[in-house]
Amino acid sequence: MRDLSIYIHIPFCVRKCLYCDFLSFAVLGAENDGRTGPAAGNPEKTMESYVNLLEREVRAAADRYKDYQVISIFWGGGTPSLLPGETVGGLMELIRKYYRVLPDAEITIETNPGTLTADKLRAYRKAGINRLSIGLQSAKDEELARIGRIHDYRTFQETYRLARDFGFHNINIDLMAALPGQSVDSYGETLRRTAELGPEHISAYSLILEEGTPLYERQAQYRFPTEEEDREMYLLTDSCLSAYGYRRYEISNYARPGYECRHNKVYWERGDYVGFGAGAASMVDNVRWSNPAEPEEYEAYTADRREPETAGILTGAEQMEEFMFLGLRMMCGVSRQRFEELYGQRIEEVYGAVLYRLYRQELLVCEADRIRLTVRGIDVSNYVMAQFLFDR
Amino acid sequence: MAAIDQSKIRNFCIVAHIDHGKSTLADRIIEKTGLLTSREMQAQVLDNMELERERGITIKAQTVRIVYNAKDGNEYIFNLIDTPGHVDFNYEVSRSLAACDGAILVVDAAQGIEAQTLANVYLALDHDLDVFPVINKIDLPSADPERVRNEIEDVIGIEAHDAPLISAKNGIGIEEVLEAVVEKIPAPGGSPDNPLQALIFDSVYDSYKGVIVFCRIMEGKVAKGTAIRMMATGAVAEVVEVGYFGAGQFIPCQELSAGMVGYLTASIKNVKDTAVGDTVTDLNNPCAEPLPGYKKVNSMVYCGMYPADGAKYPDLRDALEKLKLNDASLHYEPETSVALGFGFRCGFLGLLHLEIIQERLEREYNLDLVTTAPGVIYRVHKTDGEMTELTNPSNLPDPSQIDYMEEPVVSAEIMVTTEFIGPIMQLCQERRGRYISTEYIEASRALLRYDLPLNEIIYDFFDALKSRSRGYASFDYELKGYEESKLVKLDILINHDEVDALSFIVHADSAYERGRKMCEKLKEEIPRHLFEIPIQAAVGGKIIARETVKAMRKDVLAKCYGGDITRKKKLLEKQKEGKKRMRQVGNVEIPQSAFMSVLKLDND
Repeated sequence: MRDLSIYIHIPFCVRKCLYCDFLSFAVLGAENDGRTGPAAGNPEKTMESYVNLLEREVRAAADRYKDYQVISIFWGGGTPSLLPGETVGGLMELIRKYYRVLPDAEITIETNPGTLTADKLRAYRKAGINRLSIGLQSAKDEELARIGRIHDYRTFQETYRLARDFGFHNINIDLMAALPGQSVDSYGETLRRTAELGPEHISAYSLILEEGTPLYERQAQYRFPTEEEDREMYLLTDSCLSAYGYRRYEISNYARPGYECRHNKVYWERGDYVGFGAGAASMVDNVRWSNPAEPEEYEAYTADRREPETAGILTGAEQMEEFMFLGLRMMCGVSRQRFEELYGQRIEEVYGAVLYRLYRQELLVCEADRIRLTVRGIDVSNYVMAQFLFDR
Repeated sequence: MAAIDQSKIRNFCIVAHIDHGKSTLADRIIEKTGLLTSREMQAQVLDNMELERERGITIKAQTVRIVYNAKDGNEYIFNLIDTPGHVDFNYEVSRSLAACDGAILVVDAAQGIEAQTLANVYLALDHDLDVFPVINKIDLPSADPERVRNEIEDVIGIEAHDAPLISAKNGIGIEEVLEAVVEKIPAPGGSPDNPLQALIFDSVYDSYKGVIVFCRIMEGKVAKGTAIRMMATGAVAEVVEVGYFGAGQFIPCQELSAGMVGYLTASIKNVKDTAVGDTVTDLNNPCAEPLPGYKKVNSMVYCGMYPADGAKYPDLRDALEKLKLNDASLHYEPETSVALGFGFRCGFLGLLHLEIIQERLEREYNLDLVTTAPGVIYRVHKTDGEMTELTNPSNLPDPSQIDYMEEPVVSAEIMVTTEFIGPIMQLCQERRGRYISTEYIEASRALLRYDLPLNEIIYDFFDALKSRSRGYASFDYELKGYEESKLVKLDILINHDEVDALSFIVHADSAYERGRKMCEKLKEEIPRHLFEIPIQAAVGGKIIARETVKAMRKDVLAKCYGGDITRKKKLLEKQKEGKKRMRQVGNVEIPQSAFMSVLKLDND
């Protein structure tokens, strides 16, 4: 029996945040920049028919994974908490019916403050969801407004308290640094307030301005943190959260001991996972594929019960590259022994020169079986990871 | 056709300022003479190289023979010799003109006379050609043929009262032009009974026939089997084929005789042996003297060309060899740069010539090139009395061995509307120009004469001229000679290492300014490294400017793409791909574009 993780994509939001370039459609009719999405009009109806497609896909794929046991499920988006509680419950039931979901599987749902209600939380509990991820981003209302979030800090606090009241013992809070108008101090305050609430897990990402997003277009209007400030925020994250007893286990992820996100580790350790929903990505048996992102194409895809289109099995070289640049995201780094087991070659035979150079630059360090980033290496991790790509 | 009556031959060319419609008129003439149907006509028959068509200029002189049935009932042979339209190719132009007996001067009915018009028409008159004007683009709303007519008479001093008013684009007035060719251009002189004397005005290399020599027979005749000698190069060969120029093809014939324009082949392997301007004569019955005007063509501009991928060095060498077969004015020799590895120092007639060669190497030979900043040839007079010509700044001797240096200077003529005289004079001043004179062509236009150092005009002078005159100024120049100048070598140090490929020669007074700009530019070009990188400009070991590329402090892709690993990988690949186009100098990676950044110093 092999392990499998499941990702479910819910591409709907109340409205789209100004920095977001993920696949998601606003259900409030008009998006922040005036674009209307396909979900405009009758949101309930749109979501319902989307969930029907999801169910169709989940059922159709079941046969392919009959020899797998599900160790984690992750509802991501978009805003999965937009769905009615019973819809989530219904789909969970379907998954349990068609897949072997382990009793201790980690089951996470991403939520947005302001969309969570007592009814929904009750339904999640009933459906066996045992981990909540709450998108806070900032504890400062003016910062939230600038990036187009639908909630304020107070709403978040209520949501958080409610979640605890309903017995959720594993909660993640998402934060963002380098926001427009954010100062090092205000970011520090967000960190402290968050840590004081005591969630089990905190993710802290830097804002990346993606081309084509409204924020990208209007970036000239704002003062963004300077490069130095950005770096300060980033260093502050680690020092502040460590002081509160969180341990960094991945470049942007912090957890209390024992609460590392199992689902995310599957991505970094190259475990098998299947994604359901429009645009969802999968990797099983070293084959990667993505579902069609456009609603009509996704519908056709589920209707035909087509085999997913893949670019073929990853070559040995591609697997090694991924092993390195994904594995190095984790603070524990990669295992030399594991590398040799998987690829039949010692890691030094393949990457000797690169490793040697990076050791010398004090960006990587090797301790017995593990090779991991140094503190300086974390700072410039992109540079480090790019070194492990082969020339073509 | 039976024996050709010499009195029914007309050898002529068309001279014009760029864009005044020379090629279009040539097309219409060929079309009207009925040798080609309209369907066969490509847009511009004479410009048959792809590159030429794209740039809208004629690179190599080409020529076509056509048959015209004139109103007097006779059949005439026209040899229309196309001439290159750029100052880089002035010598080639002059040899093409020497092959003609007359010229059509095309002047734009709206723009009137431009600097190039003047330069070309004077060149034609210098060669004793009979020039008659036509006024083109009369269909334009802004056309003012009367003003242009007066301008031609006043400024150039040739009759223009009966100049045909035409629109080459719309085919208006072409008949009139053809009749004027018959009437106004004299039949060629010379006698077939004299010893052979033929002018080479161009040549192309063909892999089957060897060099195809384009020539105008001045005296005597040549046929298959004639033993010939090139009087300047001394090359000897036996003629294999003679013929004339169809539209886009070579048509063999029995013999070429005095007055005719055509080609000959003689299994010649290299265009070096058939220098433009040389005289072909009969080996066994030579003419007394070569034709006047032959010049050895010298390169004016040099630069280093390196393959972006060092392994492509042999490919670059082969490509240059092939181009050279067809282009005697291209020079190259191997050189090695610490920064760029193995490559070639290449010499060109001018910057356009350089760009054309560069584009052909990249396009036709699929080579990715790194080009160093173009420079002119300096004369270095050493203290021991020796003089060397410097084409690569890295080879400049130690300053203690240099007595003085000289740089090439050109005489430039700039035609400009009076409102822009101020800005243009200022530009010339900035470029170390020496004012010679101002001549008013008419109330609103003037001709400025300046002596300018060649190295001040090779990069971007033309662009600057256009932008400061809102496109109204036109410009022409010729090499005047060498003048002593206070020159220094500007070195660039990156992370304390001198980068040879970035050195250049500059006038001492602008060294500081150039050095500063260069450092600023390089700071933009060089990506951050894990350590701080000083960029310094130095003259004679003394640092005159400095910039610093700050160390990369943070490079984290902190964003989460969920399970979408391909997106993450693409970003890493982009980072990696960027590195590939870099050159490693010491432990600094320099993007290839940085080596050309000196060209862009004045574009800000």
